[in-house]
Amino acid sequence: MDWILLAELSANGVFVGLMYALVSLGIVLIYKTSGIANLAQGAVAMTGGYVAWALGARAGLPIWLAVPAALAGMFVFGLLMERLALRRMIGQPIIMTIMLTLGVEIMLRGLLPGIFGASVKRLDIGIPQDPLFLGDLLINRATLIGGSISLALIVLSLLFFNSRFGVVMRAVADDQTASWSVGIRVERAVGVAWGLSAVAATAAGVLWGSNQGVDWSLSLLLIKALAIAILGGLDSIPGVLVAGVIVGVAESLATGVLDPLVGGGSRDVVAAVIILVTLLLKPHGLFGRHHIERV
Amino acid sequence: MFYRRAGIRHTRYQDERQLFPLRFDRGLILVVLALLLAAPFLFDRLYVSGYLLPWLIWTSAALGLNLLMGWAGQIHLGYGAVMGIGAYGSVHLVRFGVPLEIAMIVGGLLSAGIGTVFGAAALRMKGIYLAMATLAMQYVVDFVISHSSAISGGTLATLQVPPVRFLGIPLAGEVPTYYLALAVCFVVTLFMLNVRRTSFGRALAALREKDYAAQILGISTFRYKLLAFWVSSFIGGAVGAVLAVTYLRAISPDQFHIELSIQILAMIIVGGLGSVLGPFFGTALILFAPILLNNLLGFGANAFGVEMPIDLRAHLPLVAYGALVIGFLLYEPLGLAKIYANFRNYLLVWPFRHAQR
Repeated sequence: MDWILLAELSANGVFVGLMYALVSLGIVLIYKTSGIANLAQGAVAMTGGYVAWALGARAGLPIWLAVPAALAGMFVFGLLMERLALRRMIGQPIIMTIMLTLGVEIMLRGLLPGIFGASVKRLDIGIPQDPLFLGDLLINRATLIGGSISLALIVLSLLFFNSRFGVVMRAVADDQTASWSVGIRVERAVGVAWGLSAVAATAAGVLWGSNQGVDWSLSLLLIKALAIAILGGLDSIPGVLVAGVIVGVAESLATGVLDPLVGGGSRDVVAAVIILVTLLLKPHGLFGRHHIERV
Repeated sequence: MFYRRAGIRHTRYQDERQLFPLRFDRGLILVVLALLLAAPFLFDRLYVSGYLLPWLIWTSAALGLNLLMGWAGQIHLGYGAVMGIGAYGSVHLVRFGVPLEIAMIVGGLLSAGIGTVFGAAALRMKGIYLAMATLAMQYVVDFVISHSSAISGGTLATLQVPPVRFLGIPLAGEVPTYYLALAVCFVVTLFMLNVRRTSFGRALAALREKDYAAQILGISTFRYKLLAFWVSSFIGGAVGAVLAVTYLRAISPDQFHIELSIQILAMIIVGGLGSVLGPFFGTALILFAPILLNNLLGFGANAFGVEMPIDLRAHLPLVAYGALVIGFLLYEPLGLAKIYANFRNYLLVWPFRHAQR
């Protein structure tokens, strides 16, 4: 086996994994605060990509203005999603909330390509696409920059949890009733978590969109994000970072090593296998708390 | 009004336990059954093979999933894969010359076996973890089917179904295939109606409500969850075989992707979780709403000159699914079956509304 190839695949996998991790950051944020697995996260990322593209190409905003505007708009979108749909489901069985997020996923996946057209949209945020050579290693510059931005955003969200509002969110994540009793507005914290997760998804959508173009396939990020969230433990943000790197590297190695053996497409199944193996061996993930009810 | 309870007095336990105590219900069901039996001679063959046949098949599948989700309360996001296993298993057997009757059952057993193996991992968890595990199962099964050419059938990745006979009758043309689908749907419906009255069905209901409480009552939760997975996967596999033989005729891996799982999920959510009648309504709505909407839009475009962008029209089915699922979950979580039950309850006591229970 060619060691240079393996090193190259791993190095690129790290950055791709970090870009996946940005999507799953939103899943973890929502799960921490409200205990809901948001299956619409991939579609929200896609929506973010479409909104940024529409603001840039359709409304004619310069890209440095369009992306922040999309982030702000999607924050409101996340708030609205929680307020209008998910909050009404409090107290319903978990099947209902999962199905509701799945319903949102389906609808967004139809609505946005329907409105803006199904063809792939080019979203240029000024990341150069030409490859970078580090010694013998060929690094994809777009994923390098994208991964670095994701890393910065995830670290930023870690720091955010030390701020005053972050402490509030941690309290809500820990025990909703207790935080209610000390005067924390739990609904607001949950709403902001949804908003922030939509922002994270949008950032991921924009980064991936600039990489591979904006179309419905951005919503396929969901399964990778879920694999990262499960492997990281569903309620741990450092877990997202580590698991993101693991998933990215595993996927990249599978593409390079397994694909010639099975004839392509092993990229998509790696995430599913990681989910299954994690659930079999260590259901609370690498960094999750041991609170899964086992039957 | 129509559903008259007056004059119905049960003097034997059997009477009270019967499936449909009201005479009107029995009559209604007989009428519907007669209509379905006579459908190939009453309606145009395009309607029979294009609308009624898929409706029956998808309803049977939705009933199977409803056993797991509505009765046992376990979420399953990979039902399409389960159906795919059954379809591929039975079509391969048929191609080897095994009679369809046996191939269907073996396909069902294969689905039940594989579905339970994947389920067993997930059965120790619940809620969202189960959802993730079944979702992962969908992707893994898809991958295995489409990447092993021995299963998916060579380079073109389609598998032709050879001409088959069922109980000696060749399944050619739309009339025999329609009757096969009707028979399977009838059997599954009968099973689902009766399973509620068995200890198995009651154990599942107890499990759904609270598994600790069920365990305290002496119901082995693990065993019954596994059984629920097994039975539901068996139905899924057998229905998958019927789907392949009667409707698709040539199967390819992309027919059993996550879209099929989501479609069937949407059917039981819209129809009503835990109801037998629900999947019939839900399937009709989910299958025909996009067609209806499309025709309506076409009509609108012709009559008023309102032209829809082609992309929007192509994506309308997805939007309609999503909107239906969201709408029903928010406004009528028990689905169309509950709407029908409300209507029926209203008529039961009409005009004495205060007597409503």
